[in-house]
Amino acid sequence: MTAPMLELREVRKYFPVGTGSFLQRKTAWVKAVEGISFTIAAAETLGLIGESGCGKTTTSKLILLQERPTAGTIRFDGQDVAALKGPALMRYRRAVQVVFQDPFGSLSPRMRVGSIISEPLEIHTDLSGAAMRERVAEVLELVGLRPDVANLFPHEFSGGQRQRVAIARALATNTRLIVLDEPVSALDVSIRAQIITQLEHLQRTLGVSYLFIGHDLATVAHISHRIAVMYLGQIVETADSTELCTNPLHPYTQALLIAALPAHPDAKRERLALTGEIPSALAPPSGCRFHTRCPRAMPRCAEEVPVSRELAPGHAVACHLY
Amino acid sequence: MSALLLEVRGLQTHYFTFGGSRIVKAVENVSFTLGEGETLGLVGESGCGKTTTCLSIVGLLPPAARVVGGEIRLNGTDLTKMSAREMGRVRGSAIGMILQDPMASLNPLFSIYTQVAEPAYYHLGMRRRSLRRRVEELLRAVRIPSPAMRMRGYPHQMSGGMRQRIVGAIALAGGPKLIIADEPTTNLDVTIQAQYLDLLMDIQLETGVALIFVTHNLGIVAKMCDRMAVMYAGRIVEMGAVRDLFNAPKHPYTKALLGSMAKLGSKEPLFAIPGQPPDLARPPPGCAFHPRCAEAMPRCATQDPEDVECGPNWTARCWLPQRAAEVVHDRADA
Repeated sequence: MTAPMLELREVRKYFPVGTGSFLQRKTAWVKAVEGISFTIAAAETLGLIGESGCGKTTTSKLILLQERPTAGTIRFDGQDVAALKGPALMRYRRAVQVVFQDPFGSLSPRMRVGSIISEPLEIHTDLSGAAMRERVAEVLELVGLRPDVANLFPHEFSGGQRQRVAIARALATNTRLIVLDEPVSALDVSIRAQIITQLEHLQRTLGVSYLFIGHDLATVAHISHRIAVMYLGQIVETADSTELCTNPLHPYTQALLIAALPAHPDAKRERLALTGEIPSALAPPSGCRFHTRCPRAMPRCAEEVPVSRELAPGHAVACHLY
Repeated sequence: MSALLLEVRGLQTHYFTFGGSRIVKAVENVSFTLGEGETLGLVGESGCGKTTTCLSIVGLLPPAARVVGGEIRLNGTDLTKMSAREMGRVRGSAIGMILQDPMASLNPLFSIYTQVAEPAYYHLGMRRRSLRRRVEELLRAVRIPSPAMRMRGYPHQMSGGMRQRIVGAIALAGGPKLIIADEPTTNLDVTIQAQYLDLLMDIQLETGVALIFVTHNLGIVAKMCDRMAVMYAGRIVEMGAVRDLFNAPKHPYTKALLGSMAKLGSKEPLFAIPGQPPDLARPPPGCAFHPRCAEAMPRCATQDPEDVECGPNWTARCWLPQRAAEVVHDRADA
């Protein structure tokens, strides 16, 4: 395997929150991300899956340098991104871009599509006006929009087309990694398929890598090469996406697979053994964080934190069962 | 087949813009039936008229919209002919509703008890102790832990999944024959969604209530429904047993929707439907789907197809099966 492009090692992020009365202020810590490690290679898609509040979005913010990790390192091309300064930092910001879930909130309603897409170019390059317009037309065509839409405003587009504009903006700076934070959750089914197909096509032609964050296992598994399953700030299982769907090891991954909706009415039905809801990250359960909801929990799970072990090449799981 | 509960025939609901200059035909000639205890999935993209169909049934259309034709018969009585007052007696007792956003359908200023008790108070005439017992029963039925304590709480103290279950309890409170669930799980996490759908199936087994499930998620239809109706641009384009439609869809739109669905563990390329759904104020001539249809014929652009029988209780509104039928017919003649 080639050296990974992006590598997260034991990354942690704690947010302080005030508790107690205003006279006896105490600081508690929300452990949003608790020691996660993964890698993304060039032209690879890593799917990050988990329920709301599991730390997926915090992870993406750490990669985008919108938040600084409390501990651990994030390396890009072997360099620690926390140490980047000046031109090197700008290079990193140019190489790593983001597409958000809601295309209605992520595009300024007062800017024309052309200026939205050229804004990163103005910041990161010294292209002339004509060259910039050319680049805008180029990326618009890449995402399947006509170049002349550059003069329109976002409200003139449908949700799917707006998401295409957001992808075009993310591609503008010869990007190498795009963080896709639930990019299709807000879209209609038929449009969803359009965007997924477009993203897959872009990866084949441009060799861009994706971190695809989502909660719908079927969609994430479709686009990703590998998948990391997150639960309460920790990665519980990492595997090749087909392997994860056919041979899930962690009880939480198994539950996600059972909870996934069937593709056909005759599909085998199993009842979800999982009860309750995701606990608060303010007071996570002791030991394995999943033990409070786990159908196969043992006494040991409440005491000892399971360590992630690689059971087969590329298939790692953090669970006492194995 | 079970006894007929709801019959919608030729329903037309239009939105009138200010001054009546533009008419949006949100629901055009929609007909379907629902038997007691049956589950119907109403499927389509946003803006296809599925929600308007449901709001027409419960009589909760926004002021700009009006039912301009057709009838909605619940146990034989036409709901479209009812006064607002009579409709008020039907809503909450014979028909319950579960809406998409549990936060918007619960009042933050009233306790859970007050909100769950309301339908039983008005429609079943329950008071005091029997009412309290009823609320407790309902909360237990939707698997709220320690209901006697929880019912004194307020919506903000509950998680999203719990709130949606409370909305379910309110829908059940009047002892309905029919529950209309409009995308009830879109805001829920996957495991919570699975728990909620399992719960709805249990409730259906226990009470024998019929369900109309409005969704754009075909996976939910595959899991929950007996029959499905696919809507496009205000019309039902295909309707039949869920199994039949999944196995051999007749309408190109149904085929396309099924093809665009990501299947777990499959890397097969998804089928993307090109283009956008049409503007219902200016629908295209002929079949409304023809600009996006992979199998469109010249006839599709000019003539709107009629419903064609494709099998028992199975219709598709398309020229394709019609042509196939004509070919078979011609052969039989020859």
